[in-house]
Amino acid sequence: MRPPSLLSLTLDSALLHIAHIADLSHLPDHLVIDLFRRTLSAGKLTEKVLKLFLATGCEEIILAVQLLNIKQPIVPVLPTRCSESEVDIVIAALQPNLTTFFEAWRPFFSRFHIIVVKDPDMAENLQIPTGFDLKVYTKSDINGVLGASSINFSGHSCRYFGYLVSRKKYVISIDDNCLPVKDTAGSTVDVVAQHMANLKTPATPFFFNTLYDPYRKGVDFVRGYPFSLREGVECMLSCGLWMHNADYDPMTHVVKRNQRNTTYVDAVMTVPLGAMLPVSGINVAFNRDVLGPAMFPGLRLQNEGKHRWDTLEDIWNGLCAKVVCDSLGYGVKTGLPYVMRSDAEAGKALESLKDWEGVKVMDDVLPFFQSLKLSRTAVTVDDCVKGASWNCT
Amino acid sequence: MASASHAPTPLLKDELDIVIPTIRNLDFLEMWRPFFQPYHLIIVQDGDPSKTIRVPEGFDYELYNRNDINRMLGPKASCISFKDSACRCFGYMVSKKKYIYTIDDDCFVAKDPSGKDINALEQHIKNLLSPSTPFFFNTLYDPYRVGADFVRGYPFSLREGVPTAVSHGLWLNIPDYDAPTQLVKPLERNTRYVDAILTIPKGTLFPMCGMNLAFDRELIGPAMYFGLMGDGQPIGRYDDMWAGWCTKVITDHLGLGVKTGLPYIWHSKASNPFVNLKKEYNGIFWQEELIPFFQSVSLPKDATTVQKCYLELAKQVRAKLGKVDGYFNKLADSMVTWIEAWDELNPPKGGAPTANGPPKK
Repeated sequence: MRPPSLLSLTLDSALLHIAHIADLSHLPDHLVIDLFRRTLSAGKLTEKVLKLFLATGCEEIILAVQLLNIKQPIVPVLPTRCSESEVDIVIAALQPNLTTFFEAWRPFFSRFHIIVVKDPDMAENLQIPTGFDLKVYTKSDINGVLGASSINFSGHSCRYFGYLVSRKKYVISIDDNCLPVKDTAGSTVDVVAQHMANLKTPATPFFFNTLYDPYRKGVDFVRGYPFSLREGVECMLSCGLWMHNADYDPMTHVVKRNQRNTTYVDAVMTVPLGAMLPVSGINVAFNRDVLGPAMFPGLRLQNEGKHRWDTLEDIWNGLCAKVVCDSLGYGVKTGLPYVMRSDAEAGKALESLKDWEGVKVMDDVLPFFQSLKLSRTAVTVDDCVKGASWNCT
Repeated sequence: MASASHAPTPLLKDELDIVIPTIRNLDFLEMWRPFFQPYHLIIVQDGDPSKTIRVPEGFDYELYNRNDINRMLGPKASCISFKDSACRCFGYMVSKKKYIYTIDDDCFVAKDPSGKDINALEQHIKNLLSPSTPFFFNTLYDPYRVGADFVRGYPFSLREGVPTAVSHGLWLNIPDYDAPTQLVKPLERNTRYVDAILTIPKGTLFPMCGMNLAFDRELIGPAMYFGLMGDGQPIGRYDDMWAGWCTKVITDHLGLGVKTGLPYIWHSKASNPFVNLKKEYNGIFWQEELIPFFQSVSLPKDATTVQKCYLELAKQVRAKLGKVDGYFNKLADSMVTWIEAWDELNPPKGGAPTANGPPKK
């Protein structure tokens, strides 16, 4: 048998690095076609790589894509970082028709078990497309499991019931009015993969890295970062962000009614030790095995409604979680991934303002958490939460 | 609510000095001309004072070499480093302006993702003129930026923010890595443009890089001492780190803010990692002691000025770090000398100036 030609070896090498090649337009057509064929055989055709080949304008490639019925967006190459057995996706259903939501998230959610918790106050039946490994929990399930409990699971708080019944190590939770978004390169963001990357790489709360997450590809710790702190700590909470309709309070919604978030900040960073942050439940993921006990709806506004700005349960939850993480030496990250949050509620903020008590609440809540010192003997999340509640009274 | 200003950023050309340390030449200024020409430059020439540094035509500048430094400070000149870019802090001391921008001579104009040239100075001015938010982390980063705001859950009483003392910019292309990282990853380039400015929370330390840095001299100037580095010293490439840790502790104490993020500049030159390793060697071990020291520093309530805070810091450096190495006793001494020199050259307004001679062109 003849040894492979130099050209063949070069194409094989290009195939190995296909994910990092930015431009193929300088290659003659017959080589582009050969590379495309090899890419298909190797199973390395992702959305990004397909774009790369189509950008060459080579007619044979375009024809091949049509004949083979290759569609964009296609199911992304399965992230190798996480397995289905580790992750539950928890969705709080505050609207009955979830068809658009689930169809849009299908490429990213279809591998995972999904827990849908129906707002106990909602009468209508849920409409969910088929083809998912999905279980719906309703008011009767909540009452059945918990009976009479002091926790009110209505509205956005119903998701916490999902956290309770999940048996997986990681939970990812997204509001039902959010859809996938495209990053600055035009690729659809795999929210699951990004949250899992955040949770599975260390956090660095003890010293701020000016190039943000040092574990991301293409970056590292900067000069002056102590070497003893470069191992990092385990990340327990990953807080994502929102394009378009950002998570503002109702007053800001009213005053800046036309403002939409159009800035895609390509960074993940650890929130430093001792720094508190407002965790938004709209797009969040956490290590349920460890942090689960701290993820509960503690604060309920008196006139809590169904709009996100009527709630502060996630903010309270996040402050608890951050204090616990700081105390036990775990990390919290914020930044990517983004989701696209729809306008659905944006116009109604003015109505909520009349009864909104949110103006003063955080001014009382934050100093409490900032001064909260948990006992050294509280070494588990359970103990920490109990310690915190003791301080609360 | 944050009220973002849509008005154009003021030039501040009579309130800002650009301080540039150099040992070679200032050809890089040609690229910066459209952005820097309106401003006064303070050039601090390191190394051989008999060498002439060529400044491109059309810039308004004053230049100081080692002879000038010795002449103006007399015996106090010992606190200014030689053969190290740390000498730039002399420029901060002699400036009479409210704001300082300092940049290295191997830093060029970068392009944003749309291909447009980045006016780094304009962004720094924006950062310094808008408040910081060190008491609670805003997940949408700088709330005063056009298009952003405070998120839900941000206490209203904290939305006024505090004055910004420092604006720390970043670098595309050659990242600011230490020598070991440079040796392990010689080809790594920073290509990621992160479109954010954020306040570094109170109580958090960070590695401050002097390559692309702006600060309010009136608010924090005396804390920007870049230490004893270079010739005759056991350490190098920790000048800006030292200034950054001192500055952050003091800004935290005085209720001022430090921002990091935009603007980016293009860092063109990778310094020799083997030379860097020799310079940084002690620093790599010492920083393990320095960080816990700075993290646990507490300044007394009556330290209400930057100078008082800094002198207190010098006391604590001597007391707690002297045992790490004798170098820190020398450093503590020079920290005191620096403050003395600063106060001499910058008497409180209304007092007779006692500077050792006028700045020369």
